[in-house]
Amino acid sequence: MIAALAFYLFASILIASAVMVVTSRNPVHSVLYLILAFFNAAALFLIAGAEFLAMILVIVYVGAVAVLFLFVVMMLDVDFVQLREGFQRYAPIGAIIGGILFLELLFVLGTWQFAADAAELRLSPTPAGVSNTKALGRIIYTDYIFLFQAAGLILLVAMIGAIVLTLRDKHHSKRQNIAVQVARTSELTMAQPALGEGIRREDILRPLPPPSKAPKPVAHHGHGHDDDHGHGGGHH
Amino acid sequence: MNWTLALPELVLSVCGLAILVFGVIPKKDTSLACTMAVIAAFVGTGVLILSQQKGTAFGGQYVADDFSAFMKLLALAAAAFSLLLALDWNEKEKLNRFEFPILVLFSTVGMMVMISANDLMSLYLGLELLSLPLYVLAAFDRDNPRSAEAGLKYFILGSLASGMMLYGSSLVYGFAGTTNFDRLADALSAEAGVTAGVIVGIVFVIAALAFKLAAVPFHMWTPDVYEGAPTTVTAFFASAPKVATVALLVRVLTDPFGEVVSQWQQIVVLTAILSMLLGAFAAIGQKNVKRLMAYSSIGHVGFILMGLAVGGEAGLRGVVVYLAIYIAMNIGAFAVLVAMRRNGRAVEAVDDLAGLGRTDPAMALAMAIFMFSMAGIPPLAGFFAKIYVLLPAIEQGFWTMAVIGVLSSVVSAYYYLRIVKVMYFDAPVAGFDVRPAGVSVVLAGTGLFTLFFFLFPAMLLDAARHAVAAIIG
Repeated sequence: MIAALAFYLFASILIASAVMVVTSRNPVHSVLYLILAFFNAAALFLIAGAEFLAMILVIVYVGAVAVLFLFVVMMLDVDFVQLREGFQRYAPIGAIIGGILFLELLFVLGTWQFAADAAELRLSPTPAGVSNTKALGRIIYTDYIFLFQAAGLILLVAMIGAIVLTLRDKHHSKRQNIAVQVARTSELTMAQPALGEGIRREDILRPLPPPSKAPKPVAHHGHGHDDDHGHGGGHH
Repeated sequence: MNWTLALPELVLSVCGLAILVFGVIPKKDTSLACTMAVIAAFVGTGVLILSQQKGTAFGGQYVADDFSAFMKLLALAAAAFSLLLALDWNEKEKLNRFEFPILVLFSTVGMMVMISANDLMSLYLGLELLSLPLYVLAAFDRDNPRSAEAGLKYFILGSLASGMMLYGSSLVYGFAGTTNFDRLADALSAEAGVTAGVIVGIVFVIAALAFKLAAVPFHMWTPDVYEGAPTTVTAFFASAPKVATVALLVRVLTDPFGEVVSQWQQIVVLTAILSMLLGAFAAIGQKNVKRLMAYSSIGHVGFILMGLAVGGEAGLRGVVVYLAIYIAMNIGAFAVLVAMRRNGRAVEAVDDLAGLGRTDPAMALAMAIFMFSMAGIPPLAGFFAKIYVLLPAIEQGFWTMAVIGVLSSVVSAYYYLRIVKVMYFDAPVAGFDVRPAGVSVVLAGTGLFTLFFFLFPAMLLDAARHAVAAIIG
């Protein structure tokens, strides 16, 4: 009884939010409704006893895909007015194609037959002690481990390829040099600059002056050694 | 489970991962060290293959037999030779990034998975693992618009072929009920198992593989991609992937679909005839050596498919022998192409070879050997390759195909001999830059093999017989 109620609750919210995805004017709202739809679909999976699929739906679709959508919608300035241009002109063609697809669906449903033993098979219990997470794991990591690893290599190659084709190594890009950072001494230097001059030479990054004109500092105060360790940008 | 059978693939992949890490970490250029490490990994994998047990593993998804061992060794050798050619060329063209050998390595892993595929799923994953690095390699010279165009073109058409492959596989699976090759053979051996859906699926699978092989109705991408891609990449394209695809086609057509030979034989015959004709006629007008080699490779694929169409022990042995000799000739010819560099700039027109007989007699002699051999002139290796394909075709009564094969071979002799003529009888232009050591090594190896094959044919023929016996028996 409660399960049935929960089902109708989640299903109706799912359908309502799906409708809102399509109809809402603001694309950001569309994506947010999409996330709501994913959550409700996950709840429906839970009711059906497919806890693994429910978790995957939340983790993969809500966690990654929907956030990606959100980023794309918010970062790319898509001009929706321009997209809707020519709607009147293309509507008939779209309607014709949609009608054909609808007719095909009708034909398929009209000739649909259930296999004779489908009803019994549907009711056959899942083996005791095997959750569906475990069953999926057996298939992926035991029966099809070879194919799974090959697919992993394909994804790795795709990643290498993307880097090879797009990464441009800039010579003046600033990188974190962990060894130098760790080797820095932590001694504190108190500077006492003259009023109005500001701190000129402590570990503060500022652009290097032209090398030829750089005046040599006459004397050093405070530091025992005059090489600036740490940031290469500091100058004397 | 018996996973140790796949040890060569596993070791090569792990080597690839290790070399990737090794190449990323140091700040300085590691491309030379990475290339050497990858070649060493290829050699090690070859040794593992030689000592490999035979059988099926991973629930019938993977098979290791004499055929797969032979083809894998051939693919590894081709990949190693193309890397050797790439060493100097990539450095001069500023393409010496360490990802190059690593992409070649993963592509080779894909080839080995394909060659050992015993299931439509491992077939598809192997094919993708082979193709994806190839798309990247074609566009490797990313600041050159021609290279980028080649990569994009290859990628779009290649994904179309992958789509056809998947569609065909799903049809076969839907109508036959299994993706495993052994069980497919069982299902198709019964009269009731051969339905229209299965046959449509088989046709789609053949079309997708013919696309990867650049056989004629699906060859359109070849000349542009071969011309646009960096020459070292083209050398790789024209050798190792062909081995894997031919091996796969042979296995698919004789093993699971061997029972329905009458359904696919006409398709392969037609493809073979068209490929031989196009390879012969379209190359005549080419001014660019790389384009010429592209059409030449289409013609050679036609001959290989002729052996496949004839089938049987003799026909398949012809396929294996032709493939091995073609790889040797092709790598050798591409070694010359890689050495074509004048004043530091790579040149690739046929006319740039003018007078090579006087400026670099050794390289001109090697190129002449390869060209005569490709034209099928005795006693060079290419002649024997053609004879081992043509004889079974005549014995089995495929007269039309055999006659067209001989005639197209005569026509193609025109453009092969034209290169020889340009090298020896045209007025010399300035000589090429000093040829790099890697090119000399490859030239010497493949040249000696092509020249003296007729003295020791038994080794290759024996190996080919064992390989074919494994797949037929």
